[in-house]
Amino acid sequence: MMSVIGLMTLTLLAIAAIATVMASNLFISSMWFGIFSLLMASNFFILDAADVALTEAAVGAGVSTVLFMGALALTGDKEVKNKLNWLAVVVLGVLAFALFIATFDQPRLGDPNAPVHMHVAPWYLEQTPNLINIPNVVTAILASFRGYDTLGEVLVIFTAGIGVLSVLGFKPKHRPVTSGEAFGEKVRGVQHHAILRVVGKLVIPVLMLFALVVQFHGKYTPGGGFSAGALFAAAVMLYGILEGADRSSKAMPQLAMLRLAAFGATLYAGVGLVCMLLGGAFLDYNVLWPDPLIGQYVGILLVEFGVGLTVTTVLIMIFNAIANRPTY
Amino acid sequence: MIFDWLSWALLAAGGFFVLVGGIGVLRMPDVYTRMHAASVTETLGTMLILLALMLHAGWDLATFKLFAILVFLLFTAPVSSYALANAALLGGLKPKLQVEDVTKEGKRP
Repeated sequence: MMSVIGLMTLTLLAIAAIATVMASNLFISSMWFGIFSLLMASNFFILDAADVALTEAAVGAGVSTVLFMGALALTGDKEVKNKLNWLAVVVLGVLAFALFIATFDQPRLGDPNAPVHMHVAPWYLEQTPNLINIPNVVTAILASFRGYDTLGEVLVIFTAGIGVLSVLGFKPKHRPVTSGEAFGEKVRGVQHHAILRVVGKLVIPVLMLFALVVQFHGKYTPGGGFSAGALFAAAVMLYGILEGADRSSKAMPQLAMLRLAAFGATLYAGVGLVCMLLGGAFLDYNVLWPDPLIGQYVGILLVEFGVGLTVTTVLIMIFNAIANRPTY
Repeated sequence: MIFDWLSWALLAAGGFFVLVGGIGVLRMPDVYTRMHAASVTETLGTMLILLALMLHAGWDLATFKLFAILVFLLFTAPVSSYALANAALLGGLKPKLQVEDVTKEGKRP
């Protein structure tokens, strides 16, 4: 039964992907992209990857659609038709054919002898109750067993935020500039729609509360810093859309966001350094507390908080930078 | 037992309304009537299905979560319909109205 639903969502995914590419209006294209992400999230959920599904739904369908809209407002929503490049078509065709052939070598879905299930996964599943003792194995793997990878991801997100800020901060010389804040004061989001504002403001606190649950309950149920950060940023973006982006950037000033993002990443790396100072290896939480299990708990809590802080602030920073970009 | 039958009946009714909504979206002539058909799916259909699932789950944490989803949908579905209709109207889509084209004899063509 589940495989039937899975096949259905996969078919819809293919349709959504083709529609995304075919749409010549980029606005419609980004809407299709949101639908694609939502379908992908449900597909992840069917595969029992609830943590990934939560993140995909929050980031793919929620946050990135808003960011696309903001970017389209800055550029334009019509696709520029280029001449068909036959070399690219041939390369893509060959690549697609090779990937199609490669799928025949793939193990069947749920095959217990598949390479993924023979490598380190059984060890993680067996040892998580003994070494870390939290119910959600995904969080244990992300924050503790593979803490180096997650630290890398956080640094990548931080770098991406700084990159977007520096690109959007570019100003041409000798041109009259309307600052984004002045423009925002004129437009003020969708403030003239009373229904949207009232219901949207009802949603914002619930969304923030849910983000906090996802952040701090991530050791027991699906969730963690990444999805919580995206949800919290979505709440702030909703506020910016409802009340005007100048107010959202007044509530969450860019400089404070930048500092908090740096603080989140530093907190993560700092926990690792403290572990080294206490005589363990980098990101070896066992030494944080006399009881290694509590040490792991404290370490994961701090590290996930750092992840959540960085993701939230970087997403808010990008939204504010795009929505408040000066127009020339 | 009785809850089980009730839950299946509600599921069937919900499925029926979702199907009706789907047919309506395909068959209706313009945006506004299509949204009218889709709203059957997102209010009546979803509500019945969620109620059925709540009955099926019994007195459980899952029931509370389903109830929360129900309340959330009751708040957001009409608002998104309103936003969509408003955007369509502002974008210049006129509702398709039947024009009474009465001929001289007083008959419709």
